[in-house]
Order: sequence, then structure tokens, then C-alpha cells
Amino acid sequence: MSSPPLLEATGVRKQFPGVLALDTVSLRLGRGEVLAVVGENGAGKSTLMKVVAGLYTPDAGTVLLDGRPVAFATPAEAMSAGVSLIHQELNLAENLSVLDNLFLGREATFGGPFRFLNRGAMRGKGADLVRRVGLPPALLDAAVGSLPPGQKQLVEIARALGLDARVLIMDEPTSSLTQTETDRLYTVIDGLKADGVAVLYISHRLAEVKRCADRVMVLRDGRNAGELAKADVTHDNIVRLMVGRDLKQFFPRDHRHGAGAAVLSVEGLRYANGPELPASFEVRAGEVLGMAGLVGAGRTELAEAVFGVRPVVAGTVRVGGETVTIRRPADVIAHGLLLAPEDRRLHGLVLERGVDFNLSLPNLDRLNRAGWVDRIAERELANSSIARLRVKTPNAAKPVGQLSGGNQQKVVFGKWLARGPRVLVLDEPTRGVDVGAKAEIYALIDELAGRGVAVWMISSDMEELLGMSDRVLVLPAGGVAGELRRGGGLTEEAVMRLATGGSA
Amino acid sequence: MNRIAGVFVLLVVMYVALLASTPPDIWYSNLIDLANRQGLWGVMTLGVAVLIVAGGIDLSIGSVIGLSAVAFGLLMEAGYHPLLSLAATLGIGVLIGLAHGLLVTKLRLQPFIVTLCGLFVYRGLSRYVATGAVGLERIKKARPASAGVIDQLQYALVGESPAGLQFPAMFAVMLVLAAVLGLVLHKTVYGRYWYAIGYNEQAARYSGIAVDRQRIAVFVISSTCAALCGVLWLLSKSDANPESAGASYELYAITGAVLGGCSLRGGEGTALGMVLGAMVLPLLQKLVVFLGIGDAILPTVIGLTLLAGVMVDEALRGGTRLSGLFARLRPKGSGPGG
Repeated sequence: MSSPPLLEATGVRKQFPGVLALDTVSLRLGRGEVLAVVGENGAGKSTLMKVVAGLYTPDAGTVLLDGRPVAFATPAEAMSAGVSLIHQELNLAENLSVLDNLFLGREATFGGPFRFLNRGAMRGKGADLVRRVGLPPALLDAAVGSLPPGQKQLVEIARALGLDARVLIMDEPTSSLTQTETDRLYTVIDGLKADGVAVLYISHRLAEVKRCADRVMVLRDGRNAGELAKADVTHDNIVRLMVGRDLKQFFPRDHRHGAGAAVLSVEGLRYANGPELPASFEVRAGEVLGMAGLVGAGRTELAEAVFGVRPVVAGTVRVGGETVTIRRPADVIAHGLLLAPEDRRLHGLVLERGVDFNLSLPNLDRLNRAGWVDRIAERELANSSIARLRVKTPNAAKPVGQLSGGNQQKVVFGKWLARGPRVLVLDEPTRGVDVGAKAEIYALIDELAGRGVAVWMISSDMEELLGMSDRVLVLPAGGVAGELRRGGGLTEEAVMRLATGGSA
Repeated sequence: MNRIAGVFVLLVVMYVALLASTPPDIWYSNLIDLANRQGLWGVMTLGVAVLIVAGGIDLSIGSVIGLSAVAFGLLMEAGYHPLLSLAATLGIGVLIGLAHGLLVTKLRLQPFIVTLCGLFVYRGLSRYVATGAVGLERIKKARPASAGVIDQLQYALVGESPAGLQFPAMFAVMLVLAAVLGLVLHKTVYGRYWYAIGYNEQAARYSGIAVDRQRIAVFVISSTCAALCGVLWLLSKSDANPESAGASYELYAITGAVLGGCSLRGGEGTALGMVLGAMVLPLLQKLVVFLGIGDAILPTVIGLTLLAGVMVDEALRGGTRLSGLFARLRPKGSGPGG
């Protein structure tokens, strides 16, 4: 008779409008165990974590804690039962001090109903907590907003420890950390393990999964795709489970036949509130240039500056040899440089309106007949784009917000394809996209590059970068740290070394 | 569509109630008078509604109405031709809208704040330029040469002859304006831009739309409609008090827009809905008087009507807290006020 695992979930199912995010998923987690959950974007990792942490109520399935079924209605209930989620977007009140944050919502008070803050009591406990995560107690009075991302993360962990967390869920904890901060986090995790705290660790950096996980569980399209014991954790094993198919087929290069002349040349570019170090690089016709870097390294900002959304303060941008004066997106769009933005819900789509409305939006200049919208041409545009990209929608008027992530992203692509792009800037092209749609998007990227489009692909997805890129540029914090070529030292380790400040 | 049907039913019920509570021999004159007032309110409502569709808001409308009513009168009194005065007054509206638009887009100030400041600025200006009320009688006396044109303007835009109100010309003005704005909103590229900006300004920007230019344009529409409303105000009421002309009308305009289906979050609203929404409040006003409820309670009635309107709307849309609340209330069957 073995005691029940600390945490066990069976047959968890969660449906969102248009997407089945989780389909009978199970997981087991023992005391002092670190379980890494990996999977493609949109595989259901975050949803599963949110179900476990009480942010979502599952449609079916059970979650057992210490063998007893639990159904947390709120994150607060989950936390008081010892299950804490450390968010990808940190949930700290930036304007308050570290101490205030540690005890937010459960402040020590005196004076009965008057609830005066008992800062003395909190300070004592707070000092212990920050020490456990390796931070100096002097930091208690610092405003959280003034801390670097790595320390914020540790403050969140300290807060969870203050709630006697027994299960700590970390959602991509290192996505914005430097190498030193990441190393310190590993040390803290080792310490927690020794104290019997179980850690659910979501990541898509395979190197880091190998470093700290006891077991790896792979999710694919909302289902359990398999599990690997520590000894079996290899790059190829994980990726094969993640994508569920042959890698060559998943990252096609059927259409590409070598790069041509530079179509986009960026020289000495600096943008408002950006790093001092100027960025210079080129994207050539018919190639996929991957751009890697830590979250916050300024890749998105660089793309936004080139696209005219963020003011450029120095440097030149040439498209097809012509220097572009960039004031607004229309200036670069006129030169055939088009951006599929990172946050498609915020920047890419009008979610409440139909597929047709969104597809027309950047093409209204062409649908314009003396000010009137040409409805016939608009319908043709919508129908041909939907057919070409195989957007799964019952009709062209369906609000895009109700489509799945993959189909939303296809619409974002479709907005630009009608214009015949010369340079296509793709910022995280497959974030939140299921594996099937992902394969279609990769095929499309390959096809476009094959037709001579210069593709500049910003991605945090290492598999995607390594699989799709002809060259990878690594951005440390502004500037360009180095270049890695396919067949010339382009590996995950090399990319991470450059991104975190090492040399090639 | 639900929203429009809802407002339509509300209007029909209210019209029936109005006719039921008035003797048939005053139906005709009463309805003309009401339609005229609805036209006056409709002009300002349409202007702000288009702005609201594009994600803006305008709190200065009432003060712009006051300033333009006063300015229109003073210009005529100073001897300018009434038509030139009318054009100049509309020009003031254009300039005000331009100023709002530039402050919002170039300095990135919030529309709420900018137009709130405008509310004070234009009210103060109208009090400063006019000491005491401006009246058509005085203008006609001072400028006998203009008297004929003023009478013609009154007849054409208000429907009023020296013999009294003949037909609801202001309602017609509103319908023409609604037709024009409706075509622009629903059939042209610009309307498309405004809806896109109202829903998601960023997505519009990333699609290469000159967002700033469009946002300035809708501010201009709002202020110019308010200026037109000020002109109609003076013509229809024969005098304008710089202290009170148009005061708090911005709130009636916004209320009308919301009743007509505009969301203050932007991106929603139709020209038809705006017209119907603008028709509600003047009708409510009349109804309150003729049902003998008394004018004193009118603001409360307006407030409760709007509240009821948006609650029903939220519930119809479903998926909100409110519809959940209704669903919970229904099976219990317990009356309110427990």
C-alpha cells in the first residue's frame, strides 16, 4: 500500500468556445517531485495548470489532493489548500512594497474590526520568506515595480511559501530571466524539493527541463501525449511526443531554394525608449530569418519600430533598396513590408467583427470605389482568403474572436497575403495555435519564402526557430548578439548562450 | 438588431400612451412640436454617437450648443448676413472639434478630460461674449435688413412661420443628417475605419489605417453637429441665454446614443438606432407632463429609463452577470423589494 500521490488529476476536460482545450488529461505528482509539463503552444499546458490552481472549473474529471477530491472555486481557496500558481504574467501589485505584496489579502492586523496593519509581525515573517528564496531581507521595503524580473519571480514564490504552498505551479518561470537569475531559480527549486514541496513546471525550453525535472509529461492538442522518465529525457524524444509526427514533415523546406538579395536592410536602428545599442541586420529574399532573444530583449519593439508603430530615433531602413521614411505603418505597408503582430487579439484583429471585416481592414484602399466599400470585391477577397488559408469558419461574417487560435492567426496572415508581401514580419507566428494549424502555418511560411518573400520571424519557441529558420539572429538586449546559420552551429544551447549574454 | 427592436417597441408604447393621455384635437400640433424637439436632440445625438462609435466621448456638447447659439445671434446682431453667420457658427464647431481631436491624438490626452475642460471653457466664453440673453426680436430690430432672411431660415430649418409652427423641419434636418451619416457609417471606407478604431484602435493602427486623422474627423463631426444644434436652438426658441442654453445637453445626447445602441466602449451603433434613441427622451419629457406626473421628477425618470434599457440589453445579450441574475430570480418567483 503506497500512500496516494500529493496531487492527482484524472480525466480533466475543459471546453472553451470553439476549442476543446483539455480532453481527458491526467497527471500525478508526488511530494518533493518536480514534474515538467511540456507541449506546443496551445497544447493545453496553461489551461491544465489553471484547472489545478482553481482559476478554471473543469467540465469533467477530478482533481485529488492527498487523495481527497478538491474543487477549488477560486485561486484563494486553492492557495489556502496549499496549491499556488506563479503566473507567466506576474501577479504582483507593482506600486506596493515587497512586504505588502507578500501579505496582500491576508495582512496581519490588530485592533479587531479596525484592522490596523501589524507591520512588525509581517516584517518578521516576511524576512524568513525572502531568505528562503535567496533574497536579502533589506529588499522588503523596495517597491516591487523597481525589481528586475528575476527578483519579482522570487517574490511571487516567497508569497506562495508564505501560504504554506505544498504544490507550486510555475508557468514558464524563466521566460524573462537572465542566466544568473535562472540558475538562482534552479537552486531555489532544489531547496523546495528538499522541503517536500512539489513543483509543476511548465516550460518549452528543453534544456531547462532536463536540468530540473524528475519526470516530463508531454501534452499535445489537449491530450496526454506521453511521459518520459529523467533518463529518457532527450531533445528528440520530447519533440517527437510534442508534435506527434516526423520533424522533417512538420518543418517543411520544400519550396525554399536559397536566399537572394537583401530585401530589408536595417542599419543602426534605434527607437524611442529602446536600448542605446543600435540594431543592424538584413533579411534576404527567399529566406526565413529567425530572431531569438529573451522576453524583454526588444525583438517585438524592434519590429514595431520598423513597422512604424514605435518612433524611430536613428538609423535607416531600406526595403528593396529604397530608403523608407517611417512615420506610420502606412509608410512601410506601401513598400510591401507587413507585420503579423505578436499579440493578435490586441493588435492584429477586431475580435468582435467578422472574418470578412478583418480581412478587409488593411485592404480597404483597394476595396475603395470613390469612398464606397466595394461589397462584391470584399466578398471575393474574404472567400478566396478563407479558401486559400483553410480558415475553419462556418461563414465569413463569424466574429473572429469566436474562432480557435490557429484560425485567428490564419486570418491575421490573410489580412496581408492579399497585398503580396515583399517582407513579412512574423512576431510569434504560432503562439496559442494548435499543432495542426501550426503545421499549416509552417507550410505557408515555407511556400511564401519559396516565392521570394523575405520572412523575418521573431519567436520564443526554440523548436520553431531551429526548425524553420535559415539563419537565426540573437538579440541580447538591443543590438544583435550574433548570428547562427543552419548547418553552422545553430543549436538550442548556442542560441541560449547568445541570448543570455555569452559569446557564440 | 435586438436593441433597435427594443427601442422601437418602447417608442410605440410611449406614443400610444401619449395619444391616450391627450385629447384628439391637440394630437396634431402636439406631435409636430414633439417631432421638432426630437429633431433638435437628434442632431446633437447623431454627432456624438458617431464619435462614440469610433471610441470617443464628448462632454462639451452642451457648452458648444450654448456658445454657438450665442455666437450665431451676436454675429447677426453685428450685421453679418444670417447665412454667413450660420456658416461661421458651424466653422466654430469645426474648429472646436479640430482642437479636441488634435489634443487627443497628438498630445495623447483622454477624450473625457479634454472635452470636460471644453465644457467649462465654452460655457465661460459664451457668458463672456454675451452679457444677457441673445434674442431674435432684438436682432431683427437692430438689423431690419436681416429680418426677412431670419424668418425664412426659421421657416426652413424649424418649420415656424409668424403664424406658428407649421411642420417639423428640425425632424427633417435630423433625418437628412442621419441619412448622410448612415451612408458614411455603413457604406463607406470611413465608416469601416471608425468601427474598427472603436473596437480596437491598435488593430486599426497595425492595419495601416491613419487612425489619428479618423479620430480627429469624428471629433469634428461631433462639435459641428453641436454647433448646428446651437443654430437650431436660437432659431426655434427665439432666444439663447449664455448661462443656460444647452446646459447638460451633452448628457442627454450621450443618453440618446446609448439608448440607440451605442456602446461607450466603442465600435457599436447604427444610424437607425441613433435616431430612435434620440427620439426617446423628448417623448418621455412630454409624456411625463401629459400623464400629470410633473416635470420635477423628469430627471429621475430619464435615469431609470436608461438604467432599465441597458439592463435589458445586457440580459438580451446573454452570458453576462445580469442574465445570470435574471435566470436566478426567475425560478424563485419572489417579488422585488423583499
